[in-house]
Amino acid sequence: MAENILRMRRITKTFPGVKALQDVNLDVARGEVHAICGENGAGKSTLMKVLSGVYPHGTYDGDIEFEGGIAEFKDIRDSEHSGIVIIHQELALSPYLSVAENIFLGNEREKRGFVNWNETNVEAAKLLRRVGLDLNPVVRAGDIGVGKQQLVEIAKALSKNVKLLILDEPTAALNDEDSAHLLGLVKGLREEGITSIIISHKLNEIREIADSVTILRDGQTIETLSLHDGSVSEERIIKGMVGRDMASRYPDRTPSIGEEVLRVEDWTVHHPQESSRVIVDSANLNVRAGEVVGIAGLMGAGRTELAMSVFGRSYGSNITGTLYKNGSPITAKTVSEAIRHGIAYATEDRKRYGLNLIDDIKRNISGAALGKLAKGGWVDSGREAVVAGDYRKSMNIKAPSVASITGKLSGGNQQKVVLSKWMFSDPDVLILDEPTRGIDVGAKYEIYTIINKLASAGKAVIVISSELPELLGICDRIYTLAEGRITADVPIDQATPELLMQYMTKEKD
Amino acid sequence: MATTVKDPVITTPPPPAKAGLSFLTSRLRQIGIFVALLVIVILFQALTGGRLLQSDNVSNIIVQNSYILLLAIGMVMIIVAGHIDLSVGSVAAFVGAMSGIMIQNWGFPWWVAFVGSLLIGAAVGAWQGFWVAYIGIPAFIVTLAGMLVFRGLTQIVLGNQRITGFPEEYRQLGGGFLFPGLFPPETNLLDWTTVILGVAAVVALVVTQLRGRATRARLKLEDEPASWFFTKLAFIAVIILGLTYLLAGSRSGTPIVLVVLGILIVAYSAVMSNSVFGRHIYARGGNLQAAQLSGINTKRIDFMLFVNMGVLAALAGLIFTGRLNSAGPGAGNLFELDAIAAAFIGGAAVTGGVGTVIGAITGGLIMGVLNNGMSLLGVGIDYQQFIKGMVLLLAVGFDVFNKRRASSALK
Repeated sequence: MAENILRMRRITKTFPGVKALQDVNLDVARGEVHAICGENGAGKSTLMKVLSGVYPHGTYDGDIEFEGGIAEFKDIRDSEHSGIVIIHQELALSPYLSVAENIFLGNEREKRGFVNWNETNVEAAKLLRRVGLDLNPVVRAGDIGVGKQQLVEIAKALSKNVKLLILDEPTAALNDEDSAHLLGLVKGLREEGITSIIISHKLNEIREIADSVTILRDGQTIETLSLHDGSVSEERIIKGMVGRDMASRYPDRTPSIGEEVLRVEDWTVHHPQESSRVIVDSANLNVRAGEVVGIAGLMGAGRTELAMSVFGRSYGSNITGTLYKNGSPITAKTVSEAIRHGIAYATEDRKRYGLNLIDDIKRNISGAALGKLAKGGWVDSGREAVVAGDYRKSMNIKAPSVASITGKLSGGNQQKVVLSKWMFSDPDVLILDEPTRGIDVGAKYEIYTIINKLASAGKAVIVISSELPELLGICDRIYTLAEGRITADVPIDQATPELLMQYMTKEKD
Repeated sequence: MATTVKDPVITTPPPPAKAGLSFLTSRLRQIGIFVALLVIVILFQALTGGRLLQSDNVSNIIVQNSYILLLAIGMVMIIVAGHIDLSVGSVAAFVGAMSGIMIQNWGFPWWVAFVGSLLIGAAVGAWQGFWVAYIGIPAFIVTLAGMLVFRGLTQIVLGNQRITGFPEEYRQLGGGFLFPGLFPPETNLLDWTTVILGVAAVVALVVTQLRGRATRARLKLEDEPASWFFTKLAFIAVIILGLTYLLAGSRSGTPIVLVVLGILIVAYSAVMSNSVFGRHIYARGGNLQAAQLSGINTKRIDFMLFVNMGVLAALAGLIFTGRLNSAGPGAGNLFELDAIAAAFIGGAAVTGGVGTVIGAITGGLIMGVLNNGMSLLGVGIDYQQFIKGMVLLLAVGFDVFNKRRASSALK
């Protein structure tokens, strides 16, 4: 076996209430392309943030050996100094600066504090040629396409004498041509002796360019497979990603399914800024009373975008298609109209979009239906507190009182506040986007119980989740979404993780 | 599927209400501002050898600062929503000027001019609110422009001349007193109108507070220890009665503007804490996206807030013009900065979502007492500015420090 450039030993990283990584080991050989695979939330990005110093030494347990020595990075600058450069999924270019300025940002070509513009632009042009980009370095970074921006990021990494390049989902936002170019470039860098770590959901890509793959699941290393002899199939990788014991983590439920409540027909949504980009592509789906329907899809498949566009067009532009509620077409062009039609959407990012973190539990719970507690514009605070107190009891929100600030609650309790808020708006359809993200196992079980209760009360429930076992454990039916298209509608008795993953990674014909 | 994970049960009973001293420290941030005001009053009372709390001076402080306090009410609402309004001084001047034009050039009776002025304020607010809410230009820019636009309009309509000689009724709002001749002069040991008003205010306060506490207790929501509640109530009652005594002993009794201000403080406090509109303002400022995804029409809220601010600025302009008996092109200069400072000293957050009417009023009074006390001491305007600036910085710095300590305690 070749010499290892990087060894990560027994890395453990905990966030309040969640163990994101547990005793993770990772060995990367010098000069290879090493892929890291895993479901969303498996801990891939966290591991890379530990490696690149985003989480500095001391905030995690375990050791990082880089180039034969123990590395204790204080911050990103520190790890970049050692030759580790990470390119994040969300590109970090400043759109109003030129490409050359971006390349040398924080690392300016300067003399006595003054920027040497000639050297900056000449060097930038050289680096751009190295990544196969024929581009004038003085154009603004915001004026070039995403694919080219990705290459500029790599040029920026090269300017820092990179030894280990980390690419987080580099092709997620790229078209086929740009993807192929980028992957070719990664191969070329390997020839130059640069080691790469690539995080990707696209298994065909991984098989094409990676020398080996490490699979993470639930914050633990499952296995590292060598891809050299071609004996490892995509199915083999999928098995590693999803295979786990899923018994007894989900409460029992006997579904009693009624009439169709919501139907979405020919639903097409475009990107809010780039209106030519299709995010959701003629989707059709429906949900019936008492039914729990899952939507499975990888990052960037358009799950949240689909849900939010249905919820009062709170995402997207040029939305076409029809919504049917109880069989008749409805229009819901604003969130308040959607709420009036009995649709509720609990967001995947409860801190950013779901809660007023500086306000208390009762006011968050009443937030979506304050009118129900008001007479002539005046809120009955007494009744509000009683309502909130009832939810605190029935949902088992663990907090000293309903006047506790939501920002101080644990993730699971915050999620219960969000669910209470939407239950109080008395919807017929609840769309729950990643309802158990970032909360611990015990609280997850409680959330599943709540979902079951909602369904048996005759509500139609749509659950969006990155965790296939979760969908398999609680749903009656699962839609798979890939690149904005619904690729399958799988009844629960036919659904297996492998089958779903195949539909979720199904490329356009 | 077998269920091996047990249904979780509540294991932690809610902790009992914190008692006594620990409750006091937990409320320190909220009461800190009142303590600061008290300390400043006592300090200047000592430094000025008792001149600060002389009856006529107290009356003077109230009238002098009334328009800033009025503006601070509207300003704190705008700040809670996450905006700012730099134009209120110019708007107040413009409305004052228009009221003068209406009365002197157009011959309107004073009350028509009042109503017209408030309508002009509403129109100005609607104009600015339109750009902020529906076009999406940051309030800082819109109101910076407004500051210039309405200052310019003031000078244009006045032709750079001041208008003086306002009717008696008009001037009552800014400089008048409540029923000065109601009781025969020989009984005037104290101004009885003021005494009746003060006692009535205390009775109303005690009754509403006790009823509120009883309701909360019935719903098992009370988290305030009784000792704390009654100390607080007694303290506020003593303050109001003290103020009543001082004003009743002054030359003319209760300034009319104090009554207007008192009504507005009570009304707007109620709006902010108990109305759907007020609650939506906090939701909008606390987390804009969450508010929108809860179906709250945040654009309408922004619009209404600026209309409201325009009306309050108009009222401030009427009071100021009436007090000086003059509408001039330079009136209301820098009012906006005093109002903004009042809101921030009173605990409003720059990021929005936090702030109270009572806090802003207290912040405004701190600035007012500082001004007045330093003037009595003969401190020059140069040092006054310096000291006020430092007070603003330290007050907000203290707030930030407190928040950081609170959030690090969470980790």
